[in-house]
Amino acid sequence: MEKSEPEIKPMHQGKVMDKSEPEVKPMHQGKVMEKSEPGIKQMHQGMDTKVAAAKKGGETSLQGGTGLAVDEEKKKGLLHFVIYTGRLLLRDKAGAVGLVMFSMVVFAALFAPWIAPHDPMKQNLRDSKKPPVWYEKGSMEYPLGTDNLGRDILSRIIYGSRVSLTVGFFGVLIACSLGTVIGLFSGFKGGRTDNLIMGGVNMILALPYLVFVVFIAAILGSSLLNVILIFGFTDIPIFVRITRGEVIKMRTSGFVESAESIGATNTRIIFSHILPNLLGPIITIATFEMSAMIFYEAGLGFLGLSVPPSIPSWGNMLAAGRKYLTIYPWIATFPGLAIVFTGLGMNLLGDWLRDVLDPRMRRVKK
Amino acid sequence: MKRYIISRVVQAIGILFGVLFIVFFMLQLTGDPVSLLISRHASPEEVEALRDELGFNRPILVQFTSFISRAVVGDFGKSLRHHQPAMDLILERLPATMELAVAALLISLVLGIPLGLIAGSNPGSFWDVLSRGTGLLGQTIPNFWLALILILVFSVNLGWFPSFGRETWTFMGLTLPTRSVFLPAFSLSLFTMGQLIRFTRSAVLEIRSEDYVRTAYSKGLAAHRVYIRHILRNASIPLISIVGVQFGYLLSGSIYIETIFSWPGLGNLLAESIGNRDFALVQAIAFFSSFVVVTLNLLTDIAYGLADPRIRYE
Repeated sequence: MEKSEPEIKPMHQGKVMDKSEPEVKPMHQGKVMEKSEPGIKQMHQGMDTKVAAAKKGGETSLQGGTGLAVDEEKKKGLLHFVIYTGRLLLRDKAGAVGLVMFSMVVFAALFAPWIAPHDPMKQNLRDSKKPPVWYEKGSMEYPLGTDNLGRDILSRIIYGSRVSLTVGFFGVLIACSLGTVIGLFSGFKGGRTDNLIMGGVNMILALPYLVFVVFIAAILGSSLLNVILIFGFTDIPIFVRITRGEVIKMRTSGFVESAESIGATNTRIIFSHILPNLLGPIITIATFEMSAMIFYEAGLGFLGLSVPPSIPSWGNMLAAGRKYLTIYPWIATFPGLAIVFTGLGMNLLGDWLRDVLDPRMRRVKK
Repeated sequence: MKRYIISRVVQAIGILFGVLFIVFFMLQLTGDPVSLLISRHASPEEVEALRDELGFNRPILVQFTSFISRAVVGDFGKSLRHHQPAMDLILERLPATMELAVAALLISLVLGIPLGLIAGSNPGSFWDVLSRGTGLLGQTIPNFWLALILILVFSVNLGWFPSFGRETWTFMGLTLPTRSVFLPAFSLSLFTMGQLIRFTRSAVLEIRSEDYVRTAYSKGLAAHRVYIRHILRNASIPLISIVGVQFGYLLSGSIYIETIFSWPGLGNLLAESIGNRDFALVQAIAFFSSFVVVTLNLLTDIAYGLADPRIRYE
């Protein structure tokens, strides 16, 4: 699964790259054509309202894409958006399950001190290596058992979600924001700048990801900040490639050309026309990348290269449990299940997002 | 075609120079590479002696050129721990990693492609659900955890496979694998298998509705013939690139799987050398892995260009 990281990537990219165009084009073009009778000025206005709507978290592309709510477009507002999304979500059970799973992890991370039955750091050698509750010697006091130092495994898993989500969230935030900016720049500028940037991007993507991540982590030393920075920076190329691909596709599409023809500035085109339409693919990729980072963080932890061993994280727990695998298998089993649970939830959610944001994929699937 | 190959080769060489650059400056970024390369208990005199010996007191550009000129011929210096040239150590470990990579690739091909084919030709069926589930799990189960679980079930409880180590037997001068390769190879293959399932499935779904498939059916060809001659053949073009890329990663050594199973390959060597802070060796492994991956990508690109003329004229 190395690569999961790098390996995960090409696939998602492939899927995302060949999309979004159809979802984007009909929406804007349709609008422009309708309004073209009264004259150019009104057309521009029509596009402006469209754009304002698109700024609200990409909901326009949802609606335009699914073709469900074209008439309801005027009824904007948060409530409508929530209802609409909910309806879409319920249509796809796997997506709903994914959202629930992911929400559970987020909930655990946010409210860890209130949910966790014990202090995750507190050692209690008298109660060490207790099996989970369904074993004969287990007790409700430690539902998932205790580790070699008598720390409650359930509490440590709950607290461990904080490390995973922090790394995933901030890692993606860095990669996504820098990657999008570079990708926009590269795609928009074209020519030599584009070649240079894409050369660098392709070079980084051609490397064995895990080997380099391990290499950097070993040099920088283990700390939460280092891990976030490593993943944040090594993941930039993915977002650059996606953004640039979309930008190049959009630049030649009808709605950007018409914006150009009425004299919109580059800044305006980027911020009002291109960026809102990029949201779909970027959100989808961000979900998958976040799940990949959580996975890699656990992997680094397993090698002892992530956060310091004193901090409860899933990777650290796995590494510690490995030594006791044959005698006390639950120590390593449960943190692994937590990783699988989170990854599964995020992947289901990502698949659903991709379907919703790209109706063409959905048709192929069904 | 010639131009295409030449441009790809030039690109690959460019990437490898980039890798050398990264590998070299990564150590410099830490401030003082000598402190990474020497044991923490070394006296200041020893540190200075090593700095002199390795040439770290020269200007950085001079160091870089000498690093590159040595690296091009495969000389990455000596491992501090093993007192042997880093490249020799790597080549020593290569057969084990190759055995594991080939076994993992075979497992994923043998299981992944048929599953994807069946799933793609009967969307919504039981097989489809099964293979999509496998594909999803392949992507979400961390292989280091899967390996632990497999050891627990198949070695500790059932005793079918050894829980660690590599055993081989020699037959007519050939070193052949034994069942010891199975568990690590299977843990390693799951991700690749998932990729293959997903890709085969979506390729089949797409190709199924092409005109030439309808034509094939309408001229009365049997279904299995249509699937093998028309559908699988066309699906194989994108599959080439997946297999090539995946094999590159498998060959660059799996640090987790090899560590867990004490498999004497490259990944294990990397983990060891990181543990020993043997950074000359880490540099060499990072470069070697990149070399393998880039070479395989290059070969894949060429194979792709041969198989599909459209690619060449991009």
